[in-house]
Amino acid sequence: MAMVREITFAEALNEALDYEMSKDPKVVVMGEDVGQYGGIFGVTKGLLEKYGEERVRDTPIAESGFIGTGVGAAASGLLRPVVELMFIDFLGVAYDQIYNQAAKIRYMFGGKAKIPIVIRTVSGAGASAAAQHSQSLHALFVHVPGLKVVYPSTPYDAKGLLISSIEDDDPVIFIEHKMLYGVKGPVPGEPYSIPLGEADVKKEGKDVTVVATALMVHRALEVAKKLEEEGISVEVIDPRTLVPLDEETILNSIKKTGKLVVVDEAYPRCSFATDIAALAVNKAFDRLKAPVKLVTAPATPVPFSPALEKEWIPSTEKIEKAIREIL
Amino acid sequence: MPEIPKEKLLWIYETMVKIREHEERVAELFAQGKIPGFVHLYVGEEAVATGVMAHLRKEDFITSTHRGHGHFIAKGGNIKASMAELFGKATGICKGKGGSMHIADLDVGELGANGIVGGGIPHAVGAALGIKLNGLDNVAVAFFGDGASNQQNFHEAINLAAIWKLPVVFVCENNLYQISLSYSKQQTIKSVAERAAAYGIPGVSVDGQDVFAVYEVAKEAIERARNGEGPTLIEAKTYRFRGHFEGDPQVYRSKEEVEWWKENKDPIVLFEKTILEKGLLTKEELDAIREKVKKEIEEAIKFAEESPWPKPEEVLEDVFSTPTKGVLVWQW
Repeated sequence: MAMVREITFAEALNEALDYEMSKDPKVVVMGEDVGQYGGIFGVTKGLLEKYGEERVRDTPIAESGFIGTGVGAAASGLLRPVVELMFIDFLGVAYDQIYNQAAKIRYMFGGKAKIPIVIRTVSGAGASAAAQHSQSLHALFVHVPGLKVVYPSTPYDAKGLLISSIEDDDPVIFIEHKMLYGVKGPVPGEPYSIPLGEADVKKEGKDVTVVATALMVHRALEVAKKLEEEGISVEVIDPRTLVPLDEETILNSIKKTGKLVVVDEAYPRCSFATDIAALAVNKAFDRLKAPVKLVTAPATPVPFSPALEKEWIPSTEKIEKAIREIL
Repeated sequence: MPEIPKEKLLWIYETMVKIREHEERVAELFAQGKIPGFVHLYVGEEAVATGVMAHLRKEDFITSTHRGHGHFIAKGGNIKASMAELFGKATGICKGKGGSMHIADLDVGELGANGIVGGGIPHAVGAALGIKLNGLDNVAVAFFGDGASNQQNFHEAINLAAIWKLPVVFVCENNLYQISLSYSKQQTIKSVAERAAAYGIPGVSVDGQDVFAVYEVAKEAIERARNGEGPTLIEAKTYRFRGHFEGDPQVYRSKEEVEWWKENKDPIVLFEKTILEKGLLTKEELDAIREKVKKEIEEAIKFAEESPWPKPEEVLEDVFSTPTKGVLVWQW
């Protein structure tokens, strides 16, 4: 059997963008340094050369202006913009265009508008980028009705989910964890789509369910592998999309194992982690055999020093400890 | 005054009186408690929307503001459906989900009123980008107020439109007050149009009570945009005859000031005076239009009053467009 080709997470995203741009002339890419520079993490590399300046547009540092432009272009029905918000932390200067405009236009207009925009953005700690370039703010998007939120963990998922996101007629926030860009994995060369709203069971198990996102999926799998050697069977579920949420897969797993650990690299309150815990309590309470454990970052800004940042990010040790506490 | 065909003169008059009649009836209905929420009326500013929209086609786009009824009417929006929307009825143009501040009619290129000051300006730029990349000769017009010209979206969107030379016209309706704060206390410049210089585009200030002046300035700006020559910033100096919102005690301006504007700068009165003096339309023609408009507005009100309320289950509809697996509209 032929070896499956392995490429990086960033390259997988690039292939998805390239495919969508080649297929649909309405797809345009906009953002800071996405053209000649190819994106600061290289995701839009080569697109300018292939599709030209009209469709691959470098923008001034004016996030509200260019995201709003993307929203208007989508609402007009004339384009399907893929807009890059360089760091999720910059959300603060552009949030209105996302949560009051993109998210609500369809509803406010009684279902008469479609807003086919994808806002790609970069999250996550681990690069000593400090408090304003390291946050994981996915909960802010999940909180607001009207946005679909995608947060992949592998190159394979990244490609298939970005293709689905661009083809979707609703605003999609597509979050890329910066520590995953260099991660390699098997990715078919041909285009394929992964439907939004389908979780992936990254590892089957029977003793405890771990729900994790993005980089934390990798850490959860590392812990699961270690515990497997002791005969502890951990099931690792990656929801892949936070909105829509594949509630069924998560609940079925909780019902099977009776135990839940949620690992979320984010602030601890009103978070994705608390959301999944609430889901378990609300819809699978009678099947839980132990308290739900949450492994998150503390409620502090992300520190700069590698020594401090390491402590801030949920570690394999903390994940392992949480699992052992409820075994 | 510019040469304007008779058909267009009739349209201008009809549009201005339609807006006036609509807004005055909405004020009454609001006072009677029949229209819920907030309403911000366009009385006094009719010449701006009308003078600009006189040059737009159905396929052209506009973005509007919380004071948006005038733009909607002038762009040819469906008044029956918008009136029902103001009432919150199921037959409303947004099925009762938007109300006064979110009225939109995508069928005529009206991309929506906006509850966020300045929020719609970049949307017009986006529509203009779509127009350009699709090789169309349409334009987009962003309407906004003097207060919005202090917002980031004003500066960021105009700069983008300028560097990308997009077919968009920015129309600032400077009604001299951002809610209560007078223009002279928000900006040091005499005209918002001066800000155009910062983006290297033409900026022009016009008397927004003079529909002919607005018509002329808008004509040039829209032609420039259609011809691929890029954006223009227009400031129309205007005045709202009513409060910022219905119920505004208006402690920030004197009754004498308001009366002066009503007596000397009513755009409809000024139009009638010019048009009758020059003998371009007759009093009978104007009266006939007023009658027709009154009837149209009363029919819209009747339709709204007789329409049913939305059903409770509709609260969950229209959030998303593309269905997916999993839970999209969460409920505990």
